[in-house]
Parts: sequence; C-alpha cells; structure tokens
Amino acid sequence: SPNRLQVIWMGKRILVKGLVQGVGFRPFVWRLARELGVTGHVFNDGAGVQIEVYARSETLDTFLVRLKTECPILARIDLIDVSSCQNKSPPGLFRIIHSEDGHVSTGVVPDAATCPACLAEIMDPANRRYGHPFSNCTHCGPRLSILRHIPYDRASTTMSVFPMCSACRLEYENPADRRFHAQPIACPDCGPDIWYENTDRSISKRDPIKTAASNLKAGKILTIKGLGGFQIAVDAGNEKAIAELRKRKHRPDKPLALMARDLDQIRDYCRLNSDEATLLAGSAAPIVLLQKFGQNLAQNIADGQDSLGFMLPGTPLHHLLMAELQRPIVLTSGNLSDNPQEIGNEGARRQLAGIVDGFLMHDREIYNRLDDSVVRSDRAGPAVLRRARGLAPASIRLSPKLADAPRVLAMGGELKGSFCMLNGQDAVLSQHIGDLENAKTFADYKRMLKHYLELYRFEPEVIAVDCHPQYLSTVYGEQLADEQGADLVRVQHHHAHFAACLAEHSDTSGSIETVHGIILDGLGWGDDDTVWGGELLKGGFSGFERLGHFKPVPLPGGAAAIREPWRNLAAHLFDAFGPNYRDRLGGTQLSKAFAEMPVSVLDQMMLTGVNTPASSSAGRLFDAVAAALGICFHRQSFEGQAAMLLESLARSHVETQIAYPVTASLQPAVLLSFGEMWLELVTDLKRNIPIEQIAARFHLGLIDGLAKAVQLSGARPPETIVLSGGVFQNAILRDGVSRKLQRDGHNVLTHHIAPANDGGLALGQAVIAAAISTDVQVPILD
Amino acid sequence: MTHGGGGRAMAVLIKDLFYRHLKNPVLDQAHDAAVFDIPPGRLVISTDAHVVSPLFFPGGDIGSLSVHGTLNDVAMAGAQPVSLTASFILEEGFPLADLERIVMSMAQASSQAGVPVVSGDTKVVEKGKGDGVFITTTGVGVLPEGVAISPGAAQAGQVVLLSGPIGDHGVAILSKRENLEFETEIRSDSAALHGLVENMISAVPDISVLRDPTRGGLATALNEIAHASGVGFVLQEKEIPVRPDVRAACELLGLDPLYVANEGKLICICEAADATRLLDIAHAHPLGREAARIGEVVEDGDRMVVMQTDFGGARVVDWLSGEQLPRIC
Ligand SMILES: [Fe+3]
Ligand SMILES: [Mg+2]
Ligand SMILES: [Zn+2]
Ligand SMILES: [Zn+2]
Repeated sequence: SPNRLQVIWMGKRILVKGLVQGVGFRPFVWRLARELGVTGHVFNDGAGVQIEVYARSETLDTFLVRLKTECPILARIDLIDVSSCQNKSPPGLFRIIHSEDGHVSTGVVPDAATCPACLAEIMDPANRRYGHPFSNCTHCGPRLSILRHIPYDRASTTMSVFPMCSACRLEYENPADRRFHAQPIACPDCGPDIWYENTDRSISKRDPIKTAASNLKAGKILTIKGLGGFQIAVDAGNEKAIAELRKRKHRPDKPLALMARDLDQIRDYCRLNSDEATLLAGSAAPIVLLQKFGQNLAQNIADGQDSLGFMLPGTPLHHLLMAELQRPIVLTSGNLSDNPQEIGNEGARRQLAGIVDGFLMHDREIYNRLDDSVVRSDRAGPAVLRRARGLAPASIRLSPKLADAPRVLAMGGELKGSFCMLNGQDAVLSQHIGDLENAKTFADYKRMLKHYLELYRFEPEVIAVDCHPQYLSTVYGEQLADEQGADLVRVQHHHAHFAACLAEHSDTSGSIETVHGIILDGLGWGDDDTVWGGELLKGGFSGFERLGHFKPVPLPGGAAAIREPWRNLAAHLFDAFGPNYRDRLGGTQLSKAFAEMPVSVLDQMMLTGVNTPASSSAGRLFDAVAAALGICFHRQSFEGQAAMLLESLARSHVETQIAYPVTASLQPAVLLSFGEMWLELVTDLKRNIPIEQIAARFHLGLIDGLAKAVQLSGARPPETIVLSGGVFQNAILRDGVSRKLQRDGHNVLTHHIAPANDGGLALGQAVIAAAISTDVQVPILD
Repeated sequence: MTHGGGGRAMAVLIKDLFYRHLKNPVLDQAHDAAVFDIPPGRLVISTDAHVVSPLFFPGGDIGSLSVHGTLNDVAMAGAQPVSLTASFILEEGFPLADLERIVMSMAQASSQAGVPVVSGDTKVVEKGKGDGVFITTTGVGVLPEGVAISPGAAQAGQVVLLSGPIGDHGVAILSKRENLEFETEIRSDSAALHGLVENMISAVPDISVLRDPTRGGLATALNEIAHASGVGFVLQEKEIPVRPDVRAACELLGLDPLYVANEGKLICICEAADATRLLDIAHAHPLGREAARIGEVVEDGDRMVVMQTDFGGARVVDWLSGEQLPRIC
C-alpha cells in the first residue's frame, strides 16, 4: 500500500556547507548516488550544495557516511544539515541540476597541485595528454590564480579564451569523468601554448621544456611562468650562477627556495619526517623548511642557515621540467628588488630581461598573483610562515559565537600585507601580498581587496585597522570606511596577533573564560602610544589586559634600528650597563666593532631621545644578541635575517647548554628584563665561549624567563596560553616555550593556519572587530 | 627686561634698537601704520609666525628665518615682495644682547633681500609664558600679469624641478638643539628665493606650481600638491639631490631626508618642454646651482607620491601626520 511505501522510502534534503563548490563535489554526489541506487538531485546555490535524496533508510545512512568520508580531496565540509523532505513520489534517477545563479558564498577554492591521476597521464606516452603542461581535473589545477569573477565557471576564468575541443567537451560534460565541470580543462589540442623565448623576444623552435632544462643545466638563469606568478630558476648546484642571480636581483643574502623532482631527491639534501613529507606532497605544494642533511647544494642558497626551503612540482609544467633535470633547482619569485612578482608576460619581459637569460612562457593568463606558500613543521605541528598559493583563500572556521557578527573587513598590517573578510563563522584571509610600502605591492593590495569584495559579493559593515596611524593599510581602511559608511574599529597590534591564534582554535570545544597570551613580535603600536613588541596579554576577542612586557629599551633611529642590529645592541647594553657601557666590553671584538661606528652620536640620541622611542620589542632583542655575536652587526639585508641566523647557530646546542638568567619581576606589571643576561653574555664573550653556545644560552634564557613571567602574571595551571607574533616563527622558541608551559600544566595554543607574523594580523583584527561589534563577551571558546 | 609701567625705559630701548637696525624711510615715518607706494599688479600678502629652537643655529637664526620664511611664502605665489612687517613676542628676561643679534640678523636678511621692514610691534610676556622670542612677519608683494601659480595647477605630463639639495635646515636645527656632533657642521639653507623666482617667471610665466618644502619636507609638499591638483607624482630617487653629509646624518638619525625641513629650496612644476630652460636659469642663480629635474606628474586617482628607488623598486612616499614612526614589525 502507499502507506507501506512511505515507511520504507525516505526523502531527505541535505545542505552541505564548506569548500564544496568548484571541487567536483556535485559529480561526486552523483557517482555516489548512482552507485548506491539513490535517486534525487543535487545543485549548488548561495548556501552551498543542496542535495535531495530518496532511498531506503539504511541506504541513506550509508550515503551520509560516505558523503563525509569520501568527499573530494579539495573539498572541506564544515556542516551537513539534514531535514526531512516533504516530496511526493521519488524520481527514477539521480540528476545534477545546473545552477541558475552561481552565487558563491561557500568560498573560492585554493589552487591545487597536480593530482596523481593527472601526473600519471602526462607521463604516459599512450595518453592524449602526454607531456601536456596544463593538464588538470576537478582534483587539481589552477583556481584562484585564474579566477576573474564568479560564478566559478570557465567563462569567469582566464581559460575563457581557449575554446574546448570536442574530446575535452565530452569529458567536461560527463558526470562519471574526473574532469566533469573541471573549468580549466585543457589538452594539447585546445589548451594554452608554451614556448621558450630568448631575451631578444625571439622564440626557440626546439621543445620549450627541453630547451629550458638544457639551459638550466648549462648554468643559465631562466624565468618560468608559474601558477601564481613568474619565477626565476637556476641550477641549485651551480654556485656561480646563483651568485650571478643574487647580483642581478639585488638579493645578497635572503635564502632562496628550491624545487626538487620528488621526495627522494629532497632526502639527498635534507632530513625529512613524515609530517614534512605530507606537507610537501599535499595539494598546497608549499615551500617546506627542512634541516640540511646529507649532500650539499650550492653554499650560497641559504648561507649560514641550517635549513633549506624545498617544494615539489605543483603543476604539470614543473613536473615535466623537473623530469628533465638531475638535481634540484633554485626557484625564486620573478621580481626586481622589492617589487611584487610579475604576473603578465609583457611585464615580465620588461622587468626581468636584465635578470634572466631566457623565458619559459605560456599564454594562460595569471589573474591573481600568488606567491609560494612557506610552511615549517615542528613538534607543535605545522606552522605557516607565508600563506599564499595553495592555502589562500580557504576560509577559516570560527566560533559559533560569531555567527551573528556583522560583516568585517580587516585591513592587516604593513610589511606583510594581507586582509581578511569575516562573515559570521567564516573568515577568508587573503593571500600574502607583501610590503605595502612598495608602490606596486600597495596597488596590488588595493586591486586584490576590490577583487575579493566582488568575488564574495562582500559589503563590509565594519572595517578593522591596526592602531598604527601611519600603516598604509590603516590610512586606506579609514578612507574605505568613510566611503562605504562602515564603522571603523582600531585594533591594537598584539591583541590582533593574540586573537589570530585564538581564532584558529575557537571552533574547538572547551569552556574557557579568558586566556593568556605570549606575543613575541618586532614592533607594533601600543595602546599607550609607545612601541610594543614582547607582550604578556590576557583576554579574549573583545578585550585584553597587558599583564606584562619586556623592559622598554631605546630604539635609536626608529626604523633604522630595524635595519641595523648594532643600534639595538648599543641600546640594550646602554640599558643594562648605563651610558659608559662600552667600557664594560674590555678587549672583545665587540669593543673594536663599536669603535668603528658613530657611537657617540648614537649615545647622544639615546640620552636626549632624538628619534629614539622606547620599545618593548622582542625582535630587537634578537637583533641585539645577534649583533653581540658579530652576526649582521652593521646591517641586515632582509627582515629577520639576524634572528634566523641566531636560531640556526643555537639549534644543535639547546639541549646541552644552560640558560642565561632572565629576570621577571612584578612592578606592578610583569617586567622581563635582561640586565643580568647581558652581564653573563658579555663575560662569555670575554672568555671566548663559542657563539653557538651563547646563542643557545640566550634562547634557553628567554624560554625560562617567559615561563617565569607567566607564573608571575597569576596564570594558574591549567591555563590556556596562546603563542603568537613574528618571533614565534623561531622553532626553538615555539617548541621550547610550548613544552615548558605544558610541563607546567598549561594548555598551549600555537598557529597552524594563519602565520604567527603580521601575515596573520588581519584574521585577529577581524575577530576582534566582530566580537566588539556583537558584544560577544567572554567566554570566547565554547 | 620687564614689562608694564616699570619697563618704560626698556620699551624705549627696544624701540630704539629696532629703528636703529631696520632703518628705512617708511619705518622712519614712525606711524602706527606704514604708508607706501606699490608697483602695478595684484597684491599678495602672507603672514607667518616663527618659533624655532634653538634661536641661533648654523646658517641663521630666528631673525633671518622670519624674513626668509615669509618672503618665500610670497614668492611661491609667483609674486615679488615689496615690504615686510614684524611683530615680536618677547619673554621677560630675554637677554637684550640676543635680541640685538636677532634684529641685526633680520636687518641684514631684509636688506640683502631688498625688502624693507616697514612696520613692527613688540610685546613682552611674563617669564614662563613664552619661549625666548616669537616673531611673526607679514609680507606684501605684487604679482605680475599672466602669472597663475597655484598648488592645484599641476597636470599629468608635467615635470617636477627642485632648486637644490634637501634636508639641510632640519638637520642643522636638530643637531644644534640636541647637541649632535657630526664630522662636518651642517648649516641651514635659509635664504630668500624671490630673486630666483623672478628669473624663472620672467622666462616662463606659465609655471604651474611653486612651493617651498619647509616643515614636512619635500614629501609633505608634494603630497599636498598631489591632493590639491588631483594627480600623482613619480620621483626618481637618484635625481633628488641630498648633500653627502646631510645624507649621512639622516641615516644615523634614522630620518628620511624627504621629510626633513628646508628653508631655501623650491619645487617648481612646469611643462616638460620648459624644464631645460628653467634649469638653465636656476643653475645660473646662486640659490639654484644644484637644481635638478626629480620626477614627473602622473595621472593617479589615488593621488600618490611614488619614488623609484635606485634598484628598480618603487616606494610609496606617503603623507605622514606628525613625525615618522617606525612601522616595520
Ligand atoms: Fe607584528
Ligand atoms: Mg606660511
Ligand atoms: Zn588532476
Ligand atoms: Zn582539448
């Protein structure tokens, strides 16, 4: 009877939210439904993927389970909402219904590295895509990098100029095919062209990839048009060629990234554990920092560093090139000086002709610039140092408490520009854009911001900016707020770091009222109009208290102190020993080094306060200690150079050395001071103790001091403590502080998704502004 | 020095000091108001209060500065100054000898510039209510026919000229005030620019913008012009003259010379075709010997000032409110 039929067959309406559009989700549902004999339909709409299914109840259970467990690799399900369906008789088949309006609220998917199936095809002489550099499918290929607007279909991408051939069309339209609705689908017949171009713009008639490979082997410097921007390549075993590249690019010291053919090739040069291998081989294909071990590549790739940054090929083009080479290549961003990476063919020709000897070019346009992402892994898990290609713009899931928050646009920082759009529980953090003081980067930042607002049809109600009155992002945010009639919220720099880390963990359960945070950073504008940097905070999204900080020390010359470590050394010694600090250095190298510098003017600046703000910076302390050991004493050529070298020196000695004394006192806030440490450090210098040991003792002293400061601040275990700020990119510190606090019984939260540096700032600004605007009070984690 | 009734003798003394040093026929009329003839043309008037610490610095003092500053403001309208007035606010107890030195310096600057001080006033305030001496000067000038110089007149395609090296005044003042000793003494560039302006305008009457990059320096002046004109600027770092000693001092102090004050330099924005002629004229004048073409005016809805750096980068030269603050994290 009809009644009996209704008992056995059930109708369900399923809404799937998350990263579920443009990743082959509908064909996956279609295949699953067909396999299980489920009928109904699936379509995309503004909320996500909508499924209507009719099946026996046990089949439906299986369907729901497999929906979760077998979902496509690029998909991320944030929520499955199942409700009963009041429909009459079930249809006979399962169908994919084409969306009328592809309004994407569920997010734009990051670009993804070539999947194993596509890789096998391009390497298979029998396959029609053999040797094709632009092959992709729903599991891999370009996404954000080629996306002009929404809805995400071929016409909206830079693939629109390549009409599909009939063979590709068949695959594209067949739900059973891996390339069903793979928007950038391509093959040798209809895909983009690749060619090798000389600097005089003449085009080589030989096989472009083989030509590029043989030129690399011959020590030539080449430009390769990558996924998110032009790259510059050179043989990683050729020290002379690398030196030439450094000279031409005006990049004297900063470590260069490497690309290897496969994991095995990386193992020739670096230690590789399973976490690192997983990161390297993942769909983001980031640069992963690995400990040098085994054979050596050219010394000048990362001089003085104990690590190398390796990535694996992320596109068919890179796979095909690497297959022709016997060794890794240096693969760095294709830009001149501080300018952003070039993305246009003509721009690359103009800007890079003086740097490179040839171009491996193609005619698929890059619409959105994406630098390579950089990731590191340690005992505390993965840490993203630069979030760009393959990682952005995947949305970050936030606390349900923010579900009703107004739409927030957060403008980010200055040196590592990026922005964030918060919409309820989802935060979209843009890719790393770069130093906004560079005019081209700033123009890119503004263009990218407008592009994201359009892509996501996002109209901010609140705009969050850093408190620093002179950040270009702050000034621009003020202007936008004014133009758009949005509320402006100013967020303290280190509170934003704190909240960024907390935000990453806010979706997990727990019932914590407020948390503590150790923020170790370069410089950020403080609530009291002084410059902060080494901070102990307590609070949540909607507010914070400054429980403690590093002892403020002069910053002689302001920004000049960031470039020149000797200034910070003078400042710290001045603070520790008084105006006659140089008398305390005896006959050390340091004493001679100071004698050659204009220290008397510097001393006078510190005495009178001329362009010498006081700062509790943690980053400048690292600079000072590095300078004391003769590392980058005069100048560092890139941000973090001194600190990175100091970390590398210390690494193999932290297990065996004894910490320097670092003083934590209550007066009335917790004050971490370093006078005693400097006394002992200078004594070590006089006794000619190896600098590796001194570097290790410093790291250990800081770790101890921070643990003491936490204790003194009244944190009773188990307290939740977040670690953030750019200095926590230092693995010794992140690992050491985490373990020490955990041993004391605390629950430590570190960054895994957003960078601990200013690249993560916008996320923190966004959640703070959202919380303030919705009156979300603590508890913030629930 | 005292004020009020008891200081009548002193007031006479001060008055005498001014008349003695600033002597000229109009001032000698000793009216409360100066009466004088002016050449035909439109009238230009500008007033400026001068406050500086220290009062005496290498290359000048508050006296000469108060003359040059106001004359330059008149000149930047394209006008030729014809007379000045001066008003002094003195703090009780200010040494008479210092005052005399300042008035003499003012007199010298005024006579060198060929512009007399025709009227003046002095007030003395209680000790602690002033900072030694403040001088307000007003300049009157005449604008020749056909000259229409305004900060809003810059147009894309035009070029930017700068009359000489930047940063001298700001560094000189700061070094003296804070007792910073550099290898060579850095002197203020304080000077009256109307002579140079006269030569330039008579050769090229349709100069679009003239501006003296005083407080806030070249960067601030150009940002103001960019805003007023609705244009952008692209500067070439290697073309912007900075004396080596000033550059070295700025590096050590952590200051960007683009933001450091000048008191004897001008920015000129003109048609590209006129640039060479104007530079030739500037080079022939003592105050423009190192004049250079430093950049161009571009179309830019965002009105940005951008500087191409020596290594091919491009830096945003933004509009700072207040002093430069360290930004890098
Ligand atoms: Fe920061
Ligand atoms: Mg004025
Ligand atoms: Zn694939
Ligand atoms: Zn095809």
